[in-house]
Amino acid sequence: MLTPGTTVRVRDDWPETRGPCHIRTPHYLRGRTGTVLRHLGDFRNPEDLAFARPAATLPLYHVAFTPQAIWPDAGAGEIVVELFEPWLEPL
Amino acid sequence: MTALLETKGDRLLAAIRHLLAEKGIATHPEIKAAIERTDRASPAQGARMVARAWTDPAFRALMLEDGAKAAESLGIPMRGLPPLGVLENTETTHNLVVCTLCSCYPRGVLGYPPFWFKSVAYRARAVRDPAGVLAEWGTILPANTAIRVVDSTADYRWMVLPRRPAETEGWNEERLAALVTAEAMIGVTVPVVS
Repeated sequence: MLTPGTTVRVRDDWPETRGPCHIRTPHYLRGRTGTVLRHLGDFRNPEDLAFARPAATLPLYHVAFTPQAIWPDAGAGEIVVELFEPWLEPL
Repeated sequence: MTALLETKGDRLLAAIRHLLAEKGIATHPEIKAAIERTDRASPAQGARMVARAWTDPAFRALMLEDGAKAAESLGIPMRGLPPLGVLENTETTHNLVVCTLCSCYPRGVLGYPPFWFKSVAYRARAVRDPAGVLAEWGTILPANTAIRVVDSTADYRWMVLPRRPAETEGWNEERLAALVTAEAMIGVTVPVVS
């Protein structure tokens, strides 16, 4: 379980290049670094549910990112996204 | 596949409903009730919650803790729907909700999403240039307000609890609720007294 405040890197992985898949991790966050805000709950893995495969229950987190670290022309503020634990690598 | 795409929509729907009933997944009355429930949901439900939160601190606390529980306490059916998270706008933070991957939307409390919420332009620009999007909606935030974009990517649905306009002191819930639009609960606008 990741605790609030943990710095994490979103896996720089592109399963869509390997075949059909259903991913809830947006492209613009792959390989980016963010901060865990809180654990939202545990939910069944949509990547398996979408294909009617047995789906494990995974922790889901709210993770905050700095827009300027993603797009040089972005303004101040933050982007907060729901991400499943297997996509997050603690730094 | 071609044959399926050419099948008339109502025949396809009837076939699926029969299959769901035959396989014991959902009965005809259950499907009918679910459609009626979906059609009844509208931004007026979310607006009722916002107006209550503005006038009742205990309800506001419940709403921020568990949106679905707060909705149900006002008689809004949330059974079978994803959890509802509520994002509170403050003096220093303004929330903007987008679903960059598709069109996730808190339908139980806001009804069907507006067409633009599902557009590629909104989905792309809300994360990359939220200030520009708000400016196009004519939304003016106090200086030093930070914008928090919430990308609704997974199992939660999100609605914004806007700030109560200062000119509304003494207003009752009904009058307050009339100020609150779907746009304000997505975060592209803020409630204003005209």
